[in-house]
Amino acid sequence: MLANLTSSERQNALVLAVAVALAGAVMAIAGRADVLGIHGLIVALFGGVVAWLVMASFYAPEPAEDRAASYYDDPIKVGIVLAMAWAVFGMFMGVWVAAQLAWPNLAFDAAWSTFGRLRPTHTTGVIFGFGGNALIATSFHVVQRTSRARLAGQVSPWFVLLGFNLFCVLAVSGYLLGVTQSKEYAEAEWYADIWLVIVWVTYFILYVATIARRKEPHIYVANWYFMAFILVVAILHIVNNLALPVSWGLAKSYTIWPGVQDAMVQWWYGHNAVAFFLTAGFLGMLYYYLPVRAQRPIFSYRLSILSFWGITFFYMWAGSHHLHYTALPHWVQTLGMTFSVMLLVPSWASAGNALLTLNGAWHRVRDDATLRFMMAAAVFYGLSTFEGSFMAIRPVNSLSHYTDWTVGHVHAGALGWVALITFGSLYTLVPSLWKRERMYSAALVELHFWLAIAGTVIYVFAMWNSGIIQGLMWRTYTEEGALAYSFVDSLVAMYPYYIARAFGGLLFLLGALVGCYNIWMTVRAAPAAATRGADAPVVPAAVPGE
Amino acid sequence: MDFSHDTLVAISKSWGLFYMMAFFLGVCAYAFWPRNRTRFDRAKHSILDRDDTPWQR
Repeated sequence: MLANLTSSERQNALVLAVAVALAGAVMAIAGRADVLGIHGLIVALFGGVVAWLVMASFYAPEPAEDRAASYYDDPIKVGIVLAMAWAVFGMFMGVWVAAQLAWPNLAFDAAWSTFGRLRPTHTTGVIFGFGGNALIATSFHVVQRTSRARLAGQVSPWFVLLGFNLFCVLAVSGYLLGVTQSKEYAEAEWYADIWLVIVWVTYFILYVATIARRKEPHIYVANWYFMAFILVVAILHIVNNLALPVSWGLAKSYTIWPGVQDAMVQWWYGHNAVAFFLTAGFLGMLYYYLPVRAQRPIFSYRLSILSFWGITFFYMWAGSHHLHYTALPHWVQTLGMTFSVMLLVPSWASAGNALLTLNGAWHRVRDDATLRFMMAAAVFYGLSTFEGSFMAIRPVNSLSHYTDWTVGHVHAGALGWVALITFGSLYTLVPSLWKRERMYSAALVELHFWLAIAGTVIYVFAMWNSGIIQGLMWRTYTEEGALAYSFVDSLVAMYPYYIARAFGGLLFLLGALVGCYNIWMTVRAAPAAATRGADAPVVPAAVPGE
Repeated sequence: MDFSHDTLVAISKSWGLFYMMAFFLGVCAYAFWPRNRTRFDRAKHSILDRDDTPWQR
């Protein structure tokens, strides 16, 4: 793959890798025995390995391919492999922490394996590791195909992909070592956050520069979603992570936001992480891979535009519904609640648009498990956005908040929507990228589909039950006006649901393993498909448009 | 200018509404502008005209 870089690009890659390794060395020296020092060693090692890989093919012959006539797919392929590896890691950690809730002895009396340290490795592993790599890979694919132009860089896509994975490694290893900012979905400390800003701004510039080279006059709507995802995540990440380190040699930092402002900024970030990381980017996948797989144009392009602007502008204000009945001003809570309810309109517009696109192709949904993945994802998207709007209503929230209902809702979205649309997209993308006729085994795609659906349904039903029981037990009073149940009473009542939840998660993990095997065998074993003449960008000499 | 809590509330409750309304009208105008119809129709069909056809059983 590195042989596809010209020698000057190899030089640039080497300079970048050595710079990262040196930065790691500085961190290691400044941090000494602190976690910052250990992270410095990890960064130095990461930079060193990349530098070594670049060196290994440094004097290889210059690439012969005609760049103007081909898309740049190497980073996409690596991104898919990394996404699946993170999926297995993140989902395994999820099953482990779920099992710990049922059987606390599974923490094995070690500090690093306590629930509080393992849980963020699960959330970071699945959201950023799996979701993030899948988003980077598919966005690189979609922007090239819909723009009919090659990526606007040869080294920068690698910088974005590998740099993002370095961030994930720093985050996850930091949690195990006991480092956290105590901010949901933003636990990584200041130095990792600064690194992510550099990587993410490069990602945005690369994406916009690629769009600027487009041969197709109109920017297809999937790119709008991907651009909103990249741009808004950059803003959210920077504002929420404004913090002052205790010293340059320590991993620990303190946020600049005080008290209730910190809570508001955190949940403005937290809910928009759901909106722009876990929704906008994946809607970009939906609007591209679903029509392509179904071989039908999207039902209404106008509706996709209306729902795009609805989603981007409504979500911005919805975060305060996480802070009902707190010190946050009442009108801000009401604002968040109102926007959350309004969000149902653009959300269902997207879900309905996807399902109506399939109208007339239901026989394909029946026969093709890949398309069924995307159909089920649209259904779960509709269900979980309805549930979310409902739970954001203040009196409903008084029952659901702090209970497992919230956890069930998040997983209806994360497993049912985000993961299913990702698997559907990857099963569409992998054969096309590796120039194969089809996936290695259709039966294994089918198996994966049913494992994923069964796992999601078991998980979500277990959490609905346990959440509503918890909520009701916490608000049941005796005739004397005292609470009828202690917290431990409610915990005992959760036991069977926690076992069911861990089992549902296990099924989902098994499905992901089946998917890994199938993708691996597709890459390794399946016969090459006939050449795809049309799958190339429009060369500059051609007249744009029809 | 005194940038107090009350100022923020006043801005949110007045201009917040108006700019959202204006934005909504702008988006609707863009989406339903008759001249954009051909552009949108082309966009939604153009992603399909590749050889990446799904596998048909």
